Amino acid sequence: MSDETSLPGKAGKHSSQKQVEGVGVGTHAHVHHEEHHHELSFWRHYVFSTDHKVIGIQYGITSLLFLLFGFTLMMIMRWQLAYPGEAIPWIGSWLGPDRAPEGIMLPEFYNQLGAMHGTIMVFLGVVPLAVGAFGNYVMPLQIGTIDMAFPKLNMMSYWVFFMGGVIMLVSFFLPGGAANSGWTSYAPLSVIATTGQTAWLFGMVFLITSSLLGSVNFIVTIIQLRTNGLTFMRMPFFVWAQFVTSFLLLLAFPPLEAAGVLQLMDRLAGTSFFMPSGLVVSGVPLTNAGGGSPLLWQHLFWFLAHPEVYVLILPAMGIVGEILANNTRKPLWGYKSMVWAIIFLGFMSFVVWAHHMFMTGMGTVISAFFQTTTMIISIPSIVILTAFFLSLWGGSIRYTTPMLFALAFLPMFGIGGLTGLPLGLAPPDIHLHDTYYVIGHFHYVVAPGTLMALFGGIYYWYPKVTGRKMSDVLGKLHFWGSFVFLNGVFMPMFIQGLAGVSRRLYDGGAQYAHAQDVLWWNEFMSISAWCLGLAQIPFIINFFWSIKRGEKVGDNPWEATTLDMAATTSPPLAHGNFVQIPEVHRGPYEYSVPGAKRDFIPQHERG
Amino acid sequence: MNIPYTSSARPDTGLYNAKLGIWMFLASEVMLFGALFSTYVLLRVNASVWPHGYEFLNIPLATINTVILISSSVTMVMSWAALMMKQFTKYKLYMGLTILCALAFLVIKYFEYSHEFVEGRFPDTNTYLAIYFTMTGLHGLHILGGIVVNAYLWGPGSKMWQTDPVRFTNRVEVAGLYWHFVDLVWIFLFPVLYLL
Repeated sequence: MSDETSLPGKAGKHSSQKQVEGVGVGTHAHVHHEEHHHELSFWRHYVFSTDHKVIGIQYGITSLLFLLFGFTLMMIMRWQLAYPGEAIPWIGSWLGPDRAPEGIMLPEFYNQLGAMHGTIMVFLGVVPLAVGAFGNYVMPLQIGTIDMAFPKLNMMSYWVFFMGGVIMLVSFFLPGGAANSGWTSYAPLSVIATTGQTAWLFGMVFLITSSLLGSVNFIVTIIQLRTNGLTFMRMPFFVWAQFVTSFLLLLAFPPLEAAGVLQLMDRLAGTSFFMPSGLVVSGVPLTNAGGGSPLLWQHLFWFLAHPEVYVLILPAMGIVGEILANNTRKPLWGYKSMVWAIIFLGFMSFVVWAHHMFMTGMGTVISAFFQTTTMIISIPSIVILTAFFLSLWGGSIRYTTPMLFALAFLPMFGIGGLTGLPLGLAPPDIHLHDTYYVIGHFHYVVAPGTLMALFGGIYYWYPKVTGRKMSDVLGKLHFWGSFVFLNGVFMPMFIQGLAGVSRRLYDGGAQYAHAQDVLWWNEFMSISAWCLGLAQIPFIINFFWSIKRGEKVGDNPWEATTLDMAATTSPPLAHGNFVQIPEVHRGPYEYSVPGAKRDFIPQHERG
Repeated sequence: MNIPYTSSARPDTGLYNAKLGIWMFLASEVMLFGALFSTYVLLRVNASVWPHGYEFLNIPLATINTVILISSSVTMVMSWAALMMKQFTKYKLYMGLTILCALAFLVIKYFEYSHEFVEGRFPDTNTYLAIYFTMTGLHGLHILGGIVVNAYLWGPGSKMWQTDPVRFTNRVEVAGLYWHFVDLVWIFLFPVLYLL
């Protein structure tokens, strides 16, 4: 066991004395004198580390960079939508003649931006941040163990993910650019697309492998390494969320891997899994054997991609649960029903996938089945959201920065969820499918919903990771800017979508007669998007500034009950986490217990 | 500091970590091959003409391969049982036989493939051959992976028998679970692709 801290960007070695100063509270002054003192090289310590905390930080920083990159792609797209055919200012001339001659975006480049924005945000941004970063860092601490069950697999999972990301980035420089058939890669379009699609498929195989390694690790860790006394119904809600998420990743991703292999065969070996007979492209009949089914791709893709939606949302719910209980100083309302709801949600998420395919002609009987399951799956989501709202009732709420983000999550996810109901029923979907309404709906779930919760999580666990708090002034600036402009971006999409504006138009609908009345929203949304970009600057400054300059905190900065906060130093010990492995004696959220001398009783406290 | 339950079982679950891990991994493998079998069913149901594998594939060779693979599963269990009885030389023998069986399987598969190619039957010839080559190819990759792991456990990895026999026995058990799964996939592939 080493005594070094695992701060990002701190290459130097710390003496044990120094670390104790950094902790701020000198209660564990002598615990770092270890019998065995391993000297790990810089590479093993910060790059190829097997410590779940370092891997969590690696995932976190990589995914935040990918989020910024994916968002940048969208900010470029929004220029074309607001001012179609006009030269992109500042960066337009850098994009080169293949993408934007004289700064004017080509339709092909617009397609690449759209496909890669979706891919990067989902597979390289939100999931690695929600599961890879938060799950890796927080979950082992919350269940009171020294590391994940398979530390080497954990390291491998990060580096395989990293390789997948590199492949996706490099694909922009291939002839014909990156993948341009949408993030869903619908066949047969994707099969006849440019080389970028092959890179996309290889990249996806890496990302799938990474999440497979990660999910096996998470499940085994949660089942096997819970500390003494931590029964399943004493686990923090965050751990439950990660547990169910891991099962979704484990079981939903392999069919996409199979689909990816089949599409690779179509592209590279000339097979016809997804290619129907008699296809004519640009006036030339294709020579494929034919006999394949484009619908097959959609089934295999959505069998992954619908559970994937819950992979995006469940960890966010877990984070919100932790922050709400901590800042209302009350137990979560209906903890047990929430646990059952999340299990049921995970199970149901495997039988709703074809509600993405009502308009494909798969038949009314199948549509009726999937409508029913879709209505059923909304119930557990509502159970969880209602329990969150009821948890606020009668609490003495602390309006900390993480709490603001968690509170914003509730109505934002509510809007995202409720606007999904008309899409889950086939008749209204006839009108709404493939319009901006759909874009508005799922972005409300993922951006103002999940991302707000993830930002809240960063503010909440930052003191635990670094030993210092992020600035509240900058944090609130970040919060209000993001909150206002996120709604500015996505709310008008409902208006445009209800008016029937298709989501796939390179000119934002300028050529559509029926879109003319709602066309002016394009500029409004674009300006909101760019302002949303500006609103992230306080966060970026805050993130780096607070590493060295933030206010120092004690071991339990938020006076929380869960082990991650209450039973560790800030930051937790490298390679080992705990001074002594804690034993759990009570449930996860014993706040404001009548008769207790403090308003919180940590899980590992006796009595 | 060591991670708990790497070699001993956790009392309330009755499992050591790697055993639960391999079961989880196999669950995902079921989904992978399940998706491919579903693909097979959907393609076949929607096809106007479907070539039958038994008209041109070599069924005797595939039957021999089936027997070889089932035998290798038996020797795999024997190698683990030998370790449980602390008979290391027997372990080496049975594990060696398992690896040889797997290699024999791949050699026969190679002859089958090259025969198809000589006859002008390629993955892009029709949808049946596409799914035939994809599924058996992916299964072949799984066999190859099994050979790599088993060869490691037979050769350099077997040094662990001296230092930590319990953990080494567990490793063989886990590799065996994987090997049985690969075997089982073939038990499904054989009738589906060759006989039906």
